[in-house]
Amino acid sequence: MTTAPRKKTLNRIGLYVLWIGLTVFTVLPIYWMFVVSSRSRVQLFDAPTLLIKSFYIENYTTPLSSPAFQRYLTNSIIVATSNALLVTVLALLATYALSRWRLKGSDNIFFWTITNRMAPAAAFLLPLFLLYTRVFRIGDTSLFDTKIGLILVYCVFNLPFAIWLLQGIIDGIPKELDEAAYMDGATRSTVLWRIIVPLAAPGLAITFILSWIFAWNEYLFAATLTSVNARTITTGLAEFVTVTGTNWGQMAAVAIVTILPALIFLVFIQRYIVTGLTFGAVKE
Amino acid sequence: MRSNRMGWRMLTPTLVILFIVGLLPFLYVLWVGFYDWNVFSAVRGMTWAGVNNYRRLVFDQDFLNSLGRTFQFTFIVVSVELVLGFLLAQTLVTPFRGRSFFRTIYVLPLVVAPIAVGATWRLLVIPGFGPVPYYLDRFFDYPFRIGTSATHAWLTLIVMDIWHWTPFVTLTLLAGLTALPKEPLEQALVDGANRWQVFRYLTIPMMMPVILTVVFIRFMDALRIVDEAFMLTNGGPGLSTRFVGLHIYRTVFPKTDYGYGSAMSLLVLYFTIVACWLLFIALTQVGKQRE
Repeated sequence: MTTAPRKKTLNRIGLYVLWIGLTVFTVLPIYWMFVVSSRSRVQLFDAPTLLIKSFYIENYTTPLSSPAFQRYLTNSIIVATSNALLVTVLALLATYALSRWRLKGSDNIFFWTITNRMAPAAAFLLPLFLLYTRVFRIGDTSLFDTKIGLILVYCVFNLPFAIWLLQGIIDGIPKELDEAAYMDGATRSTVLWRIIVPLAAPGLAITFILSWIFAWNEYLFAATLTSVNARTITTGLAEFVTVTGTNWGQMAAVAIVTILPALIFLVFIQRYIVTGLTFGAVKE
Repeated sequence: MRSNRMGWRMLTPTLVILFIVGLLPFLYVLWVGFYDWNVFSAVRGMTWAGVNNYRRLVFDQDFLNSLGRTFQFTFIVVSVELVLGFLLAQTLVTPFRGRSFFRTIYVLPLVVAPIAVGATWRLLVIPGFGPVPYYLDRFFDYPFRIGTSATHAWLTLIVMDIWHWTPFVTLTLLAGLTALPKEPLEQALVDGANRWQVFRYLTIPMMMPVILTVVFIRFMDALRIVDEAFMLTNGGPGLSTRFVGLHIYRTVFPKTDYGYGSAMSLLVLYFTIVACWLLFIALTQVGKQRE
């Protein structure tokens, strides 16, 4: 009679061992980066212990006080925020249109928007680079090395994602609600702002935050489509690895700065992230 | 009351932007791929080249290898992540004390920028002060040298990708498992089926749509790997971890061989679409057979 409860306890212990192990495996690489960011060049070549005895703050203050890095950081904030705003508003309009109007070919349009996300970035690097430097230009001004250029480019992957995410949410708002408002004489913009937006608010917030994180994290397009003025923090991070040697402590510090905003957002959205990740697959 | 014109007007901005940054590059690359166009060559403009760029590609061993390498990497990581992710989702589906804590921590890698992921893992394996080579040397007398051993570079990349993306697979499958109806599973257990049978004949078939979705998304994303590999190994040692995205970046931009690069880009796009399409058909066939 005692075997069943004992087996249950063993299972439970096994479960905790597994999850504590996984937690360590998940956190350790990031923690190690933090440790590296706390050490001077000399200290780094001591034995790699995990303890932080003293904190070499210069790793943080040196890059953060350099004008180049401040510019990278500002650019990243402007680009990510504008892109997330643009994407959320456009996706709201688009999904509302797709959900409430029977437009000719709207299913095809929906699918086409999604295919934009499937395309490998590598295949779009060169054509976008050529379009930005040579085609989209008036006189001396082109989209190359501009924040607007990056904001537009990030729509390729963020807009389909946002439409994907919002579609289920907007479809889930009963049509009777907007019909009733129309009966009462409301205009379309009133319906959109007074009924749809408040009801979809959590979904819109998730869309904004995830788009923001994706735009903030992007590297490849930023590295190819900018040179001086519009560089972002991720390209700044990559610039640390040079032929003449790398300042690992500073690189780790900048990486920590890069991770920080996403981490703060994570605290807010972790409850919703599971629902967001289903992409409507479990709804049917 | 609600005219279609209004609906179209709301869709237009989205369609215009996706046309400019999504469709137009595709059409442009299709066009440039038929020209010789190299800024550094004697002729600076574009000259008609027909299919020459494509003929050259077919015999470009470096390019073909990078393509093969990318697919190989994708198959390895996606299968490992699917199996691991499913097992972990199974342990997370029943509540236990501390579950939401573990889940939150576990999501962490997902929000880290891919370039920072590469940097993180580089710091772990770098010779000189990285803990991985240090402890392997010290306790097992095993020389772990990411800069000289292709196997070590591959292993690190695979472990890194598993660290980065298994949480995504786990959480998606967890969402699917949570939404499953409980009655059939409980009924089967009452009827004398064991846990394995329930898992094999009920859970997996019912989960098929979610499994297909997650495999498909991971497959597409894994094929696009660039940032992490760029930061972690920079394609090395030699060309052993130079994935196709990195290959295009490394060969086309310094050489400004735009015509050839366009052909390369188009071929990558083509292979990705074909691979995704084949995978999609294969997966839906499996899904149908199960039913």
